[in-house]
Amino acid sequence: MIQMKNVYKKYPNGIVALNGMNVEIKQGEFVYIVGPSGAGKSTFIKMMYREESPTSGQMLVNGVDLAKIKRKNIPLLRRQIGVVFQDFKLLPRLNVYENVAFALEVIEEKPEAIRKRVLEVLDLVGLKHKARMFPRELSGGEQQRISVARSIVNTPKVVIADEPTGNLDPETSWDIMNLFERINASGTTILMATHNREIVNTMRHRVIAIEGGLIARDEAGGDYGYEG
Amino acid sequence: MPVTKLEVTTAMKARTLSRHFRESLKSLGRNGWMTFASVSAVTVTLLLVGVFVLIMMNLNKVADDLENDVEIKSFVSLEADEATVTEIETAIKSMSGVETVNFSTKEDELSDLVLDFGDEFSLFEQSNPLLDVFYVKATEPQQTKTVAKEILALEGIQEVKYGEGKIEKLFSFLNTGRNVGLVLILALLFTAMFLISNTIRITIVARRHEIEIMKLVGATNWFVRIPFILEGMWLGLLGSILPIGLIIALYYNVTEFLQPKLSGELIQLLDFAPFIYQVSALILLMGVFIGVWGSFMSIRKFLRV
Repeated sequence: MIQMKNVYKKYPNGIVALNGMNVEIKQGEFVYIVGPSGAGKSTFIKMMYREESPTSGQMLVNGVDLAKIKRKNIPLLRRQIGVVFQDFKLLPRLNVYENVAFALEVIEEKPEAIRKRVLEVLDLVGLKHKARMFPRELSGGEQQRISVARSIVNTPKVVIADEPTGNLDPETSWDIMNLFERINASGTTILMATHNREIVNTMRHRVIAIEGGLIARDEAGGDYGYEG
Repeated sequence: MPVTKLEVTTAMKARTLSRHFRESLKSLGRNGWMTFASVSAVTVTLLLVGVFVLIMMNLNKVADDLENDVEIKSFVSLEADEATVTEIETAIKSMSGVETVNFSTKEDELSDLVLDFGDEFSLFEQSNPLLDVFYVKATEPQQTKTVAKEILALEGIQEVKYGEGKIEKLFSFLNTGRNVGLVLILALLFTAMFLISNTIRITIVARRHEIEIMKLVGATNWFVRIPFILEGMWLGLLGSILPIGLIIALYYNVTEFLQPKLSGELIQLLDFAPFIYQVSALILLMGVFIGVWGSFMSIRKFLRV
């Protein structure tokens, strides 16, 4: 599913974010990525959907080598994975329905199929009744649920989430986590960077801790392991 | 793990194109005052360009009229018999750079004189002191002098008159005028392009975040770009409506007012049709081109996500 071999990332300003990382994540796994700020967590996540590219090493996502992918083919990669961001990244000028439909429009899906599928996932995240509203009219938790709906609308094999609960209050965070659990239960791989100790310690899954651009710890059903 | 190859297909489905059209129109409405600002900028600059083109084209027409009025009056000497006159006519007609040759007998000349200055001149009908004349026009007004010299060299020609000295000055004055007009139009066009594409750039910069999100969700560059480009096209179209309307109304009134007063005069305005429709088409094309080009250029650097 996801495989990194000696992945090394050095930014133009000289900072080494990943220092020869090796990891393998199998289809259907639920993985937390934890670690202090600036340890390489974000770089690790951003590489998955090719916002950043490896300086050297081999990185396979869904069987595609991201170190060699051509710029014009990046959109195809992004259509095969769902991404959920800390700041939701919804299109402000599109309503809820259109935001979710956008991910299907880019793959030139048939209108009837789009309609059916979008209503299906909006129902799944419990926001079908707000389909005509705009993001600014929704609460943070609702916006993140729309963002989750968009990430799974084209049935990707993997969903990448970069601190999806970072901007949410504890109660809403649990709603979002329950959604991820359900998505994972249907066989979708979940890769989630988080600072939320309570979540990691309650919903036990594989934990990968990144420190200094390397994997410091990798245990199934592990705990958060950091103070605070 | 097997390595899969990803290849993007460039062909776009028809329904996607119609989606882009719908999306661009929707965006116009949802952008509210940004749309209004861009359309206003297009309107004001195109109106300026339009009025200026009207003025310059008409000044150019006046210059043409003045130039084309220049004729060489070639006097045939008294001794020349009918055979010589025919020879002269053939000779002039075969010259390069001659457009029209009109022969006027001394009787014709006299009746013209009587028509212009009154019956007193009919006294001369007893013994006509005038000469037969060839009126010659050069194809290019600038060739007048050369043609005149050639005609004078013919046997049986006594004198040629074409306003020597004066027409050279007139021609150089008109040429300067034309060049100044051309430079002004180009400068105005350039300013218009700059102004409009800048306004469009501001609206796109305000939306760079949206472009980034679209790219992260898997949109190709063209998928992001086309609605923006179409939106630029609409801005240009909307912005050219008012200038076209105003210019047509303005020129209609000007020609209605001036055309009767100028009838029979040497200087004429350009006719309302098809001139005004050509200017309208020019304004429309400019609006659309600037809108499309401005969007295309502004969006470029935000697509690298």
